Amino acid sequence: MWKLLKYLKDYRKESICAPLFKLLEASFELLVPLVMARIIDVGIKNQDTAYILRMCLLMVALGLIGLACSVTAQYFSAKAAVGFSAKVREVLFAHIQALSFTEMDDIGTSTLITRMTSDINQVQSGVNLFLRLFMRSPFIVFGAMIMAFTIDAKAALVFVVVIPVLCVIVFGIMLISIPMYRRVQERLDRVVRLTRENLLGVRVIRAFCREPQEIQDFDDKNEALVKVQLLSGRISALMNPMTYVVVNVGLIALLYVGASRVDAGIITQGSVVALVNYMSQILVELVKLANLIITVTKAIACGNRIQTVLDVPVGMESASDLIGEKEDVQQKSASHNRDESEAVSFEHVVFRYRGAGADALDDLTFTAKRGETIGIIGGTGSGKTSLVSLIPRFYDVSAGCVRINGRDVRAYAPDELRRKVGIVMQKPVLFKGTIRSNLLWGNEDATDEDLLEAIRAAQAEDVLRAHGREAGHAADAAGKSTPETEEKLLRESLDAPVEQEGRNFSGGQKQRLTIARALVRHPEILILDDSASALDFATDARLRAAIRDLNHKTATKKAGHSRSSSQGGTSEFIGKTDGMEQTCGGMTVFIVSQRTSSIAHADKIIVLEDGHVAGIGTHKELLETCEVYRETHYSQFPKAENDVKPGVEKTGPASGSQHPSEREQKKSAGTCGKEVLA
Amino acid sequence: MNKKSGQKEILMRVLTCIRPHAVLVLLSLAMAVLSVILTLYLPVLTGQVVDDVIGPGEVDFSAIFAIMRKMAVAILVTALAQWLMNILNNRIVYRVSSEVREQAFRKIEILPLQYLDTHSSGEMVSRVIADVDQFSDGLLMGFTQLFTGVVTILGTLFFMLSVNVRITLVVVLLTPVSLLVANFIAKRTYSMFRKQSETRGEQTALIDEMIGNQKVVQAYGQEANVQEQFNEVNKRLSNYSLRAIFFSSLTNPCTRFVNSLVYTGVGLTGALSVVGGLMTVGQLSAFLSYANQYTKPFNEISGVVTELQNALACAGRIFELIDAEAEVPDETAQEMLPMDPGVVTLEHVSFSYTKKTPLIENFNLSVRPGQRVAIVGPTGCGKTTMINLLMRFYDVDGGSIAIEGRDIRRLKRKDLRGAYGMVLQDTWLRAGTIRENISMGRPDATEEEIIQAAKDSHAHSFIRRLPQGYDTVIGENGGNLSQGQKQLLCIARVMLTLPPMLILDEATSSIDTRTEIRIQQAFQKMMQGRTSFIVAHRLSTIQNADVILVMRDGSVIEQGTHRELLAKEGFYAELYNSQFVMPE
Repeated sequence: MWKLLKYLKDYRKESICAPLFKLLEASFELLVPLVMARIIDVGIKNQDTAYILRMCLLMVALGLIGLACSVTAQYFSAKAAVGFSAKVREVLFAHIQALSFTEMDDIGTSTLITRMTSDINQVQSGVNLFLRLFMRSPFIVFGAMIMAFTIDAKAALVFVVVIPVLCVIVFGIMLISIPMYRRVQERLDRVVRLTRENLLGVRVIRAFCREPQEIQDFDDKNEALVKVQLLSGRISALMNPMTYVVVNVGLIALLYVGASRVDAGIITQGSVVALVNYMSQILVELVKLANLIITVTKAIACGNRIQTVLDVPVGMESASDLIGEKEDVQQKSASHNRDESEAVSFEHVVFRYRGAGADALDDLTFTAKRGETIGIIGGTGSGKTSLVSLIPRFYDVSAGCVRINGRDVRAYAPDELRRKVGIVMQKPVLFKGTIRSNLLWGNEDATDEDLLEAIRAAQAEDVLRAHGREAGHAADAAGKSTPETEEKLLRESLDAPVEQEGRNFSGGQKQRLTIARALVRHPEILILDDSASALDFATDARLRAAIRDLNHKTATKKAGHSRSSSQGGTSEFIGKTDGMEQTCGGMTVFIVSQRTSSIAHADKIIVLEDGHVAGIGTHKELLETCEVYRETHYSQFPKAENDVKPGVEKTGPASGSQHPSEREQKKSAGTCGKEVLA
Repeated sequence: MNKKSGQKEILMRVLTCIRPHAVLVLLSLAMAVLSVILTLYLPVLTGQVVDDVIGPGEVDFSAIFAIMRKMAVAILVTALAQWLMNILNNRIVYRVSSEVREQAFRKIEILPLQYLDTHSSGEMVSRVIADVDQFSDGLLMGFTQLFTGVVTILGTLFFMLSVNVRITLVVVLLTPVSLLVANFIAKRTYSMFRKQSETRGEQTALIDEMIGNQKVVQAYGQEANVQEQFNEVNKRLSNYSLRAIFFSSLTNPCTRFVNSLVYTGVGLTGALSVVGGLMTVGQLSAFLSYANQYTKPFNEISGVVTELQNALACAGRIFELIDAEAEVPDETAQEMLPMDPGVVTLEHVSFSYTKKTPLIENFNLSVRPGQRVAIVGPTGCGKTTMINLLMRFYDVDGGSIAIEGRDIRRLKRKDLRGAYGMVLQDTWLRAGTIRENISMGRPDATEEEIIQAAKDSHAHSFIRRLPQGYDTVIGENGGNLSQGQKQLLCIARVMLTLPPMLILDEATSSIDTRTEIRIQQAFQKMMQGRTSFIVAHRLSTIQNADVILVMRDGSVIEQGTHRELLAKEGFYAELYNSQFVMPE
């Protein structure tokens, strides 16, 4: 929690002024009993009405000054608290955004959301109250004691005893409560998670008629929350009565001491009244403090939770840490055996998810040349997505290395690296805004033509049309015919609204738009991670053809583009590669797919099985040499239809390809990849 | 004006929420009264002591001791009453807010999908969590302080009247000023609180969207832009917050100033009365503490008012959710589904999500028991919509869907949905163990059954390789599992329930084709004689279907078996052949 306070820095003036003005106000308040004592001891004793009036006017003046101070203080503290929490929210959001995929997987979304919202709100009210009261309350308490000393030292000793006891109670309760509020927030997390799950998984839950169980589960979790809430409430409920007892026992003592002192003729009756007033001021203050303590305790518990997230290191080692040694290695390897045209290379890559039982990828080696299309195919959970996730460095390899343009991905600045790569993920996601705002994610400088070109390539023109129509950009029937109005219509349709997470688009529509988004970027490396799964075959085929076309186009266009895209790259090395691009051609495309037809045209196909390479080669080669691939292929193209491809017919025991008995015989074929590589 | 009546309505709603706890409320009230009366009694006793302390040698110690004993008892009883009251209030508030939360959650469970599909989940989470939180905080403050406040005021008035009527009048006359000030400020704060609450919801939605899809954000290097977007909302939020907090916190100093006026007034008239011999110094001292104690609750009440307003603003948003129109309840005149239903008929079905764009019109289909119906067609042709209708996630706009001749609107949803096993393309798993996820549809399944289902769906082998096997805890929405693995788990989930009918919407889209074929064999075995609906892009997976519906733009354009459709050389044949166009 305390580390968080550094974000108050920008509000130093406010956070100093707020308590200061509060103190001023409090000091004026402390003067009031003194004035009152004068009224009793001087005014009443001397029957001096004028004096009494004067003193009363003084009290009103004190009140006015107090008001002015207090308003100022409130403003400053509100400003500091709100500014502080806004800053923390901003910093926390930025931090969360910087978290690596591994950390995100680990922490989970729901708890991050509670921390961003509920926790920060608590901290905000904590800081606000803290600034307003924390200085004031002790000041009044100790001030009352000091004032008591000015009246009578012996009577004031009562205060000296009472105040430490109060401190012990207040801080004791605070210390006990903090971990409790932590637990409250943890349980709140669970309630949040369940609520989210029920919102996101509503179809499945209803399909399984799970509503009663879900409600039961929610009630349980909610009940658990209430239990800790009550428990922590029970402890803070002690605060008021305990302090009340202490202060009032002090009062009795004070009266007794006061009485003896008056009896001995040391102090006056008016002084006793003043002393009693001071004691009751302490009590009033403590009641306020009790509220404060609860809020501050909550705030500390919540602040700690925020701090925990901020303490999670941003998972990826920054480029500068690695660049020294890696650059050397990389330069060496570059000069040695680096093929100039090599875009992506994996060298003995091993990768394991944190906390996983086994490696997701095991000793993976391959090279993709610039402009090549690489197909990746393999069984469920064989590591396809893991493989492509390593290219934009979503995760760091456990061993080996991944290079882009011959340079270790870890040596790139994350920005620079991700600008090179356009990835379309399995789960298509759009963001709230318009179609245009979503596509511009790919490249902020893209013109409408660029966007439309990408949309056409992604076969998403009809999506645009459909949503444009819905958004009311419908052209009047008359002007529909000419290509100009058509073009204009499409352009307007780019402003069709997209709801949160693209809820108003179907899965297939989202997929095509996410592909368009990646294409807008004209990336050096395009990764399609099973991105066509929701597309029918015809659309899929057209999409692939369009990407190929686009690729040829970009190859020629790239010369112009590389100028702007290389601005980020500072090292000469990048400059060199960009120069090369102009000659060597365009995008390197990775296509992850289940369908052999989607990748059959690829220059190189990597067949994965349980994180190992089962084969690398072209469609033709693999059909001959790689049993896994063959089996996959024939599962989609039953033999009968394959008569058209005589080459296939010859290669293998086609009819029996699905029989496990063939496995043994073909086991050696599993290593075919390496042969092809070599 | 409107807002005001809205506020009143909300307040009434809140009161009805509290009603079940009436006993506790009364007890708490009683404790409040007790503690206040005793608290007020104390200054009387103190005043008596002061009056017995006149001057040197004139102190009546025996009288003082007697009074002090009374004081001690009063203090102890007060403390006890306060403690009990705190506990009661805690209980009331936490119970009420938990009940509200439960109500909200129950509503979520029966809200029509139409609602859920069009409202952001982050915003709704914010209502169920943050708003209820604020609401309960406000309520707690309200309870503890409003109670004691009002009782204190009444009690003080009573005590003051018993001591001196004239000075009491001074106090009473000055009071309305304090109330006016508080009211003036409170009116202006409510709208700010509402705005703050709304903006907070917007921000939560943004957070939910962006953090939930962090990976895409990072992949596109959009962190800076998103941050900018966030900062914009954040700035607006802090603007509203600043105003809401500052305005609401003005109440306190202002009323305190009024209080100091009251205090001065008491001091003035009191002192003059003492001079005139109308009261003692002890009584004045008691009066002064009363003046303090009397005005203090006004302070607090005004504080509470703002707090309560915030709470009301939040409560309003929760009630909005709770009051949202639920799914049409299951009709009372229920029809029962026979065991193992299989006949599904759709007659003249029309449906669209928005009035503007018609989607499905005059759709007719009749399915015989045990038939395997495949639905194919280009993206966006309405395949998934069919499933929404079959499962009655959405109600048809026209026409009817019937199972075994019974309109599904006359069936219990539970019966209808229980009759189908559904696997969707969009996999959804919950945070929990693998076992919990598989047995979701049948929590009572035995270990063997679970493992068998996993084996049938070919999930067993990968589950076995997880660090803790079936007890491996997966994170929210599947954590590190691959998309295909998640689908396997979803399939296992359905395999375990063994439903009479089956709906597969791209259920195997992320599973490799070899595994897919094996899963399909398992499905086939399982679905022997059961009706099933299959949506798929991979036409190879539906060739054995009894009837294939080829959909385009919301209507069926071709219908028949694989062979018939190929022979027709229509749209299906075109679709089918496109997958064998091998590039090269």
